[in-house]
Amino acid sequence: MRTRGAPYGFLAPALVLFAAFLAAPVVYAGYLSLRRVKVSGLGLGAGARSEVWAGLGNYTRSLTDPEFVPSVLRVGAYGLVVVPVMLGLALVLALLLDAGRTRVGTFTRTAIFLPYAVPAVIASLLWGFLYLPRVSPIVDVLDRVGITAPDALSSGWVLYAVANIAVWGGTGFNMIVLYTALRAIPTDLFEAARIDGASDIQIALRIKIPIVGPSLIMTFLFSLIATLQVFAEPMTLRPLSNTISTTWTPLMKVYRDAFVRNDIYSAAATSVVIAVATFVISYGFLKLVGSRAFSQEN
Amino acid sequence: MAVLMSPPAVRATPAAEPKPRRVSPTATVLLLLGAAYCLLPVLWVLIASTKSASELFNTFTFLPSTHLFDNIAFLSGYRDGLYWRWMVNSAIFAGGGAAVSTLVSAMAGFALAKYEFRGKRTVFNLVLAGVLVPGVILAVPQYLLLAKVGLTNTYWSVLLPSFISPYGIYLCRIFAAATVPGEVLEAARMDGAGDGRAFFRVALPMMRGGLVTVFLFTFVAIWNNYMLPFIMLGDDKLFPVTVGLSGLLNQGATQPAMYTSVVTGAFLSIVPLVVLFLTMQRYWRVDLGAGAVKM
Repeated sequence: MRTRGAPYGFLAPALVLFAAFLAAPVVYAGYLSLRRVKVSGLGLGAGARSEVWAGLGNYTRSLTDPEFVPSVLRVGAYGLVVVPVMLGLALVLALLLDAGRTRVGTFTRTAIFLPYAVPAVIASLLWGFLYLPRVSPIVDVLDRVGITAPDALSSGWVLYAVANIAVWGGTGFNMIVLYTALRAIPTDLFEAARIDGASDIQIALRIKIPIVGPSLIMTFLFSLIATLQVFAEPMTLRPLSNTISTTWTPLMKVYRDAFVRNDIYSAAATSVVIAVATFVISYGFLKLVGSRAFSQEN
Repeated sequence: MAVLMSPPAVRATPAAEPKPRRVSPTATVLLLLGAAYCLLPVLWVLIASTKSASELFNTFTFLPSTHLFDNIAFLSGYRDGLYWRWMVNSAIFAGGGAAVSTLVSAMAGFALAKYEFRGKRTVFNLVLAGVLVPGVILAVPQYLLLAKVGLTNTYWSVLLPSFISPYGIYLCRIFAAATVPGEVLEAARMDGAGDGRAFFRVALPMMRGGLVTVFLFTFVAIWNNYMLPFIMLGDDKLFPVTVGLSGLLNQGATQPAMYTSVVTGAFLSIVPLVVLFLTMQRYWRVDLGAGAVKM
């Protein structure tokens, strides 16, 4: 058959790129994480520094690093705030739009999706200024009615300040995903219930939400993955706040180890730990909910 | 069939906004509150970019001023128009990266959807694993590998890794399966078209709607990506606008006059994306749960 080689031809560019920029970096990170630099003598001159086998030393160093555990816990707390709030808002707004009980549907849908067009760095920059007490309209307005607003960038609030940026940026995207799924439900599935006198809320809870379950699962998964790799927002806010350390999130610690301390081995080990944890959590979650999404067709 | 393909829009009036049945004030108020929350920072940056450096910190936040063009001129003058280079760089990274990535994904997705071949399952599982492995974690080993071949601090160091998008392949495969009928391909073959011709002349035009969506999502993802260019590039002439502006914000911490430029730059940088976003709005429809891209 003359078509025998064709699928491989179509796949070739993707496979080459996949091997070079996904598989190779993963393997290389794994390799580096098991290596370390051996310094002989005073560490001066060529050949004084050589790379040797390190076993699991980098992993124990990474996992027991006094700054690593707090950064993991911080991101955990951050995720507990961001994911439920963002998806809850997205679902409620999508249901409100889908119920069609308003004349401002098109406008609000566009407005709420708009932050998706704003890069995380720019969003952090905008919110950063809105958080600065000297510029913030929120502080200004509260001041006029005699309330002293808390400093959003202080240590007690900064986690929520960063979470707010993620919620602001992600709600619209997830809302559109859920809204698209809701629009695909044939109306006769709930018209009967409506004729029987079911309220919009009952229809939403009993019919619509269960049907869009697979979409909720996928939005949850993608939000979770995005949360675990939070980097741009806290990095951008750092110049405006002294409450964000260089190891505020695990990925920031990877960056610092690799590029500030030149300890690529420790950075590689931490990367591998984060990647494995992300993979296990997302895969485990898919198994747990028994989702058929993301499996082979046929 | 394991992935749920949802039927094409089945509602009576699928394209238009649903006709308001009885207008609910609660729904209207809640949606308007959501819109206000989302528009607030955008409105703020629009107003703030009209203020002079002293007004930024001394006048009421939402009171516009008249210095927008002064601010743009000042920003444009900063190191011989470095800001506009950043914008051009962002356009090159996002436009070039998304175009190549979409083509690569379309070819791979088409092969996975329309051919039976040895290793198909393995390739597809690799793609899925690629979707779940967070890209930014790869940035450090990608940097080290590209440094070995001397490609860091070049346009290629940001473009090449963005050419591969497992999620794009996944979407394209679903889209090819849904929109390109096997009979049409058979007919093309009967007419003597080779596989390449069948793909480029027959399948690709049929997948066009879905490919626009894949292109838009990839474009936004690359435009928004911060960590990859931040790590790869040392020369600030190569920066995309996100990395450039965050560097400028760093400077602002020591010379607050820079803040006006940062704010103006942030405002100008979101204009093209907002325009792209508003004009292409009908393409932003993705049903993740059904795994389908819908038009």
